[in-house]
Amino acid sequence: MSDHSNHAPAHADGHDHHDIASHIRTYLVVFGALLVGTVITVGMYYVHFESMAVTVAVALFIASIKAFLVAGYFMHLLSEKKVIYSMLAVTVVFFFALGTLTLWSSNDMPRNSEAKALYVP
Amino acid sequence: MEIPYTYKPRPDTGLYNAKVGIWLFLASEIMLFGALFSSYILLRVTSPEGEWPLVERAWPHGLLNIPIGTFNTAVLITSSVTVVLAWAALKMNQFGKFRAYMLVTLACAFGFLGIKSYEYNEKFTHYELRLKDGQVHTGHIEVNGKHAGFWDFGSIYNLDRLGKEQVKEIAFTADPAKPKPGEKHAEGAAHEHKKMTVQVSDIQKLDAFILRNHTFFAIYFVVTALHGLHVLGGALVLGYFAFPGASMWRKNPEQFTNRIEVAGLFWHFVDLVWIFLFPVVYLL
Repeated sequence: MSDHSNHAPAHADGHDHHDIASHIRTYLVVFGALLVGTVITVGMYYVHFESMAVTVAVALFIASIKAFLVAGYFMHLLSEKKVIYSMLAVTVVFFFALGTLTLWSSNDMPRNSEAKALYVP
Repeated sequence: MEIPYTYKPRPDTGLYNAKVGIWLFLASEIMLFGALFSSYILLRVTSPEGEWPLVERAWPHGLLNIPIGTFNTAVLITSSVTVVLAWAALKMNQFGKFRAYMLVTLACAFGFLGIKSYEYNEKFTHYELRLKDGQVHTGHIEVNGKHAGFWDFGSIYNLDRLGKEQVKEIAFTADPAKPKPGEKHAEGAAHEHKKMTVQVSDIQKLDAFILRNHTFFAIYFVVTALHGLHVLGGALVLGYFAFPGASMWRKNPEQFTNRIEVAGLFWHFVDLVWIFLFPVVYLL
């Protein structure tokens, strides 16, 4: 392993040691926040909201914050190049279009009594 | 011919090529998991009202082990931070630290898969039993005095198979009954596992908690198994870079560091998918 240690560090993107050391502190803070977020997500499960819509909204809101932290800091999306943002913008549009098309078909799904009638053990 | 822009940024994109490539791949992955998430929501919102198994085809609640799922979430988050720390260690020219972080990442990856295997096995050996007199139970079976073993697919039974093997009766250990809303169990009843002998001729339906049994299990296994395959694939790539592939560090440290960044981006995506999967599948 010792023969691996005598190389010039990789600076092609302009990061220096000080930058990286400050990034590491950020990563550890984000790590802590993600763990706290997980505990809050599970805690919310035991708080029974009357509405299912509120339950789903709270769960997805916390998940979205965690996703923002991972994408923004671990994946460096907060300081990424324009070409990546363009690609992801197109993906987001298609992602929601796909979801909308799928959920649009919910009216064609068998409901309660129909579902029972369709069930063959 | 030398591959261009492996570490120097390409003038028009401002990025090395592999980074553009991995983001394009991740965009396709977002669509793949997006389709499955949409399907999950569709099945969930159109399921009949009521509580499974009392109401057939209603959406099951509380079948997945939340403490284990929470622990596994923490394991995956830990692996996500260690992989970015491994990349940062290379940036700081600390190969020893890089390898240590990669080892922790790999341990987390295989730990995650091991825990998921345990959870899967719990489902493969768990049964829904409907009797012709209307009784409904969930629990564990013994056929000819034999319990199902770990990942023992040969021990998965249903009514057809019992008939073909001319089994006349099975032993069934029922899960403790869930109290109805607003009711409390008598002391001790909440943990009571009722044991009974069931005549096969009295059974209307017997099936394990597997894909064919219920749309919940179908979508649960498809989406978590696909995620698990991503964890496995990612772990193999990270394992390659931690050991045999690490020889590139000597020849071309900048390209090697970029490879770790690209592999790390995939790994973070796997973590991102789980961040949404965990609350949706385990908690809602």
